[in-house]
This record gives sequence, structure tokens and C-alpha cells, in this order.
Amino acid sequence: MTVLSIPLPDGRRAAWRRRLAQFGPSGLLGLAVLSFWLLAALFGPALLARSGAHGGAAVFAPISAEHWLGTDYLGRDMLARVIEGARYTVGVALVATLLASTTGTLLALLAAASNRWIDGTLSRLLDTLTAIPSKMFALLVVAGFGSSVPVLVITAAIIYVPGAFRIGRSLAVNINAMDYVTVARTRGEGTWYVMRREILPNILGPMLADLGLRFVYVVLLLASLSFLGLGVQPPMADWGSLVRENIGALADGGASVIAPAAAIASLTIAVNLAIDNLPGRKARERGAR
Amino acid sequence: MGSLVEVSKLTIAAGDATLVDALSFTIRPGEVLALIGESGSGKTTTALALMGYARHGCRIAAGQVRIDDIDVLKLDARQLRALRGRKVAYIAQSAAASFNPSRCILDQVVEPATLHGTLTRAQAELQAIALFRELALPDPEGIGARYPHQVSGGQLQRLMAAMALITDPDVVILDEPTTALDVTTQVEVLRAFKRVVRERQVTAVYVSHDLAVVAQMADHILVLRGGRMQELGGTDRVLAQPAHEYTQQLLAAARPVARDSGHQAGSTPALLEVSGVGAGYGARDAQGRPKVCILQDIDLRLERGQAVGVIGESGSGKTTLARAVAGLLAPSAGAIRFDGQPLAPTLAERSKEELRRIQIVFQSADTALNPSQTIENILARPLQFYRGLKGAALQRRIAELLDLVKLPATVAGRLPGGLSGGQKQRVNLARALAAEPELLLCDEVTSALDTVVGAAVLDLIAELRRELGLSILFISHDLHTVRAVCDEIVVMRNGRKLAQVARPDFDRGPHHPYYEQLARAVPELRRGWLEELDQPRPVRVVA
Repeated sequence: MTVLSIPLPDGRRAAWRRRLAQFGPSGLLGLAVLSFWLLAALFGPALLARSGAHGGAAVFAPISAEHWLGTDYLGRDMLARVIEGARYTVGVALVATLLASTTGTLLALLAAASNRWIDGTLSRLLDTLTAIPSKMFALLVVAGFGSSVPVLVITAAIIYVPGAFRIGRSLAVNINAMDYVTVARTRGEGTWYVMRREILPNILGPMLADLGLRFVYVVLLLASLSFLGLGVQPPMADWGSLVRENIGALADGGASVIAPAAAIASLTIAVNLAIDNLPGRKARERGAR
Repeated sequence: MGSLVEVSKLTIAAGDATLVDALSFTIRPGEVLALIGESGSGKTTTALALMGYARHGCRIAAGQVRIDDIDVLKLDARQLRALRGRKVAYIAQSAAASFNPSRCILDQVVEPATLHGTLTRAQAELQAIALFRELALPDPEGIGARYPHQVSGGQLQRLMAAMALITDPDVVILDEPTTALDVTTQVEVLRAFKRVVRERQVTAVYVSHDLAVVAQMADHILVLRGGRMQELGGTDRVLAQPAHEYTQQLLAAARPVARDSGHQAGSTPALLEVSGVGAGYGARDAQGRPKVCILQDIDLRLERGQAVGVIGESGSGKTTLARAVAGLLAPSAGAIRFDGQPLAPTLAERSKEELRRIQIVFQSADTALNPSQTIENILARPLQFYRGLKGAALQRRIAELLDLVKLPATVAGRLPGGLSGGQKQRVNLARALAAEPELLLCDEVTSALDTVVGAAVLDLIAELRRELGLSILFISHDLHTVRAVCDEIVVMRNGRKLAQVARPDFDRGPHHPYYEQLARAVPELRRGWLEELDQPRPVRVVA
């Protein structure tokens, strides 16, 4: 495969640099950590000297030159396990969160901007979904379709759509009552335009903050699904199940349990830092008040 | 006799900006001083400083405020609590927002007295009832038992005055107490305030942007602009011989100037014909009548190039009429014809071209402009949508529109949040004009603006009418404004049309009694107008 490098025009490159600078120090830190984990998920396993599947070393070995993060309860290299787990956590959790928030926001916009029949139908349908306990729902889906990464992504997304929809709808309904939306309607604009151009930009800030929170929930859900044996199947493991597997080392303060926990913390904090410092969002908050 | 309130070199800052700049004035006991100026001139900030209070983000940077012999700015938090409500009382603009909706009125009115320990509960209640009577409230003995939502806005404003006066404070601060009220209600409230102020010899600071209101209440007028004092003098002197240029502008803006377009009734064909229109909300019954009827049997005719004003108090259905014409609310009865063609009742049934020809301009530019779109994008959309303009042609047209509403081209890249109220209203107009409409529905376009800024917007509308030959349906609660721009006035009340008055008859009777009442309720820019209003009027002989 050849890598094509397309030179950006100078103006555009400068604009990118300006946009990056607007993130501020904490936002840039968040971006850096986030991109580190994304790269680790994409290329990490290929770069590792040994696979996380190889056991044979001492059980719960401490940090050493050979095992940078120690070993786990079967003597497997922890660094390799965490990097490989990034694929599942970053992949499944991030994709599921994005899917849930995007779908929820879209449905919320549709409910707010269209007539009350569509609004009522959507709201009641998603309320019904909320009524089913999330773990029970996941159990049913996994029992029906088997556990695989796509099934997990879709299950987690479906579970978190109603929450995003509720928040998005309550925000969008308020915006929908504004005079500028009425003006757009009297101009003859369609529902799609009203949703996308008039309402969406004004609810994007809170929805992104919600996305950050929701990401944390999805990571927790995946971890608990793995605990029930419904999530990522052994020998592969996401970070949540790595913590559970190695919980025995907690009493000794072993790196094997702290490393995946720190990885979860760093990823969730990074996602929230990056979102809170999105340039447009900060500007809007300043402009609004 | 010395002065009761003495303010010297008062300076209030917010960050780097100076909101009030070295302001000095004194008030003698029993006098009313008016602080007047446009929004952002620092009049409320100054009034609040009299209570030793600075709003969040502001601080009192320098100066002195003395009330009696207390140095207000040197008091600590506990002493300030003792001062507020006892020595200095405050009456806010929105009484509805100042009352706790879940407690009955009397409990709240007597609270300052019992809290400061000036009266016992029983004495305070007697005092409250006496005040209710003085403020001409209906059923003074019983009104205290009601809850805030059970009385009208004008009554609530007077109840709030009772709450402020119950401790017999040395100074009362009235912050735009009648701005949120209808003209007819405003007169009642002003009359009650005036009486109490006179009888109790209250020393007061009256904050307002309306010179005509101030003329009725104040002994002295202090004109503020950008936190600086422009002029201070006796009311008669300031009204008769304004020394400062800005005061002259204020006075000019407050006097009604007819902006006649020279349109002759009957000279052009009808553009909009509304016949027998009724409208409302809720489910419809067997006869097709909605559950809540807002409009009933409205007839209206608007000729091409004509401006028709619709006037009435809040709840009279005037905005609903505009919504029906715009297609936002389907009429339950009657028909609307536009340029000879019947107009479909809902937006979805109207063609793009029909929608383009009628544009609506809303009251509050704050909510009428999308805060996340730049002015350029806001103006570009109707041009792209109706005309399909692109590139250089689009840019040229946007520049033309900004020029038309007298805004600098530099605002194009800005967000609405960075514009002033008047500028936003101009953008709002420009967006409607971008569609090149034939009929403009203006819903209270100047009521959120200051007198000077509002007058400038009215001038602009009159000019656009002359230049573009626009027809305008102008909705307002302010007879003053409507008379200034319209060729005909339709008077509405409780969803019905009461009268229609053409320009030559604006000042010539006889009119419908309600129109007369509205006309009389507009404060005039001279002292003594309020007192004359109370005297029996000579019966006018109709020739």
C-alpha cells in the first residue's frame, strides 16, 4: 500500500494549527492521551515483542525490565494485555458511545422538530427500552446472537440511546420554541434543515458533555458484562475484565490490577478533557453569557 | 434642610470596564430623583449601589454613598442586612419574578417589618392593609390572602410597593417599575405610586428609560450615558431647556413624530384581505371552533404600500392574528386573501413563492437570531433559499442588505451575541428584507428597545417603506409607536376588532371609547399630565 501524502495549502494548515492552539493546555493533554490510546489500539499489538497470550512467567510478577507492567494471574505479560485490551475498550466503548449519542441526538432532533405523533411514538418506544434492565437486555441479546465485538457494540449503543435521546430532546424542545426556528419554518425550510442548522448547533455543547459521561458508563457496562462472562471472551480481555481477572493482586498493590485501572481512568479523563475544551464550545459559552 | 442621600465620586467597575464613572448627586428628603438613560448606561447599577450592592462580577471601586449619616459602602454584611429593606427599599421591574409563588401575598408583604422587628405581626398586617388602601388596590382587607398568580401584573407591582414601604424606609428605589406593563395598567400604577409618594413624603430614586413617565414622578432628572452624568437638573428645566445634546436626543425620540409615507387610502389595490377570521388553540368541536378562542371574526384590509397598525393590550390576540397571516396557526374560520389569491391556512400548503412574499419580524431580536450562526450566514440563507444566489453575487447582496439597514459591513463575521439590541433588530429586519417580501409582519419590533434606539428603528422602517414600497402590518401595544408609522390603526381587545381609525382621524373624534382610553393612557412629555388625567374631562361636542 502506498501512503499518499496530500500537502495541505498553507492557509488550511495555519487554520488547523490555530484550531489546535485553541484547545488550551488541558485540552491538548486530553487530545494527546486520546490519540495515544487510539494509536495503541490500531498499531500496538503489531509492535509488541511478545503476545499477551503467552504465559509461563511468574504469576503476579512485579515490574521488571522484562515485564514493564509485571505479569498477571497466569503469568502473562501485562503490558501486552493492556495494549491488546485497548482494542476492545477503545474500539467497543468509543464506537458504542458515538453510535448511542449520534443516534440519540438525531432521534431527539427529529422528535423536537417534527409533529407530535412522531415525537410521541419515539418517546414512548425509547421509554419502553429504558424499562428493560440493561444487563438483562444484554444477556438476552448475547444469548440470542452470541458474543462478538459487533454485537457488543450494538448492544451497548442500544442500551444508551434512550438516555441520550431524553437529554437531547429536552434541550431541543426549548430551542425549537425560539423565534429563529419559527422564522426558518415560515421561510419554508424542511424538517431536516431545521434539525441540522437551527437546532443542532445550539444543543451540541451539552450533548458533547453528555457523550463524555456516557463513555464512562459504557466502559463500566462492558466491564460488568465481561464479569458475567457475556463481554469479550477469554483469553482476550478488555480493560474492565483485566481489572477483574487480576483483582487478587490488589492486596499487594500489584501493577497487574493498577495498570488496566489507570488505563481506564486516563482514557475517560482524556475524553472529557478533550470535549470540555473543544474550541467552538468554549466560544459559545462565552458568547452566550 | 440638608440632603438625605449623598453620593460622591461613585465609581463601579466590572473587570477593566468602568460601568459608572465618578458619579455625584444628592437627594433632599421628600424628593424624587430620576435616573434616566438607555440600557447599559449604568442606571440600575447606580441604584443598586445605594444599597451597598454590586451585581456579580462588578465591584464598587471608589466613592462614597451616605444615607442620613450612614456611610453605606463601609458597612459589613450584617449591617448591610439591617440597612436593606429597613432604610433603603427596592422595587424591581418584574414583580412577578420577585414574589414567591407558593406563599400568600400578605405573608410576603409584612415580612420586611417582622424581619427587621419594626412592627409586630398584627401591627404589620394593619399597616399593610392601610398601604393597600392607599395604593388603590381592590379589596384591601382580602387581597393579602391571595397568591401572586391570583392578582394582575399591575396589582402585583403595587403590592410590591406596599412590601417596600411597610418598614417606612428613608429611601425607596424604583427600578423601571412600569416598563413591563401595558399603557392602561401603567397609568393606574403610576397614579398609585404618585399618591403614596406625595402623601408619605417618600424620598425616592426612580430608574427609567421613559422620559414621559419620569416627567410625572420626578423632581429632578439625572441623565446618564455610558456611566457618566450628562445632565442633572429640575424636571421642568430639563424638559423645557435640555442643555446636553444627548438629553435633546432623548426628548426628540420621546416625542411622537409622524413618519407619513403619503399613502392615499384607496389609491392602490388590496394586498391582504382578512375576512371573518377566527383562530384559537386546542381540540375543535362540531362547528370547527377551537377549545380556546383567541381571535373572533376579524376583518382587515391592507392596501399595497400601506402600513396598518394593530393595537391592543397583552392577550388581545394581536400576535395570534400575525401568526394566522404568516401561516403558523391555521384559522378556524374565515379566509385570508393575499394579492387577490386565497392563502392556504398552513405553512405546508403554501408555495415557496407565497412564503417569500410574506415575512415576519419578531419582537425580541435575542431569540429571533440563531446565536450559533454568524450574521453573514443568517442573511445568506434566505438569499440561497429563495434566489439560489452563490459566491460573489451572494456576498454583494449581503453587503447591500447590511447597508440598507445601516449596519457596517464588519458585523457580517460576528455572532449575534456580539451585537447590541438595536443592531440585532436591524439584522432581524435585514433577514426579512433578504426575501424581498411584499408584506412585512412586524410583531412589537421596538418594544424591547430603548426610546432612542427604538426611534431609529422606526425611522428605518419608514424609510424602507418609502424606498421599497413595502406594505406593513405593524403590531404593538404602544399607541405612540403605531401612530408614528401607520396609516391606519386597528384596535383589538379580547380577540375582537373594536375599531379602525385612519391617519386623518387619529386626533379627531369621536372614537371608540377603548381607543380614547388607550390614547389618553400614553404618558405625555410634560409635568402635571397625570394629575389632569384624574380631573373630569370636558365633554367634547361633536360637530
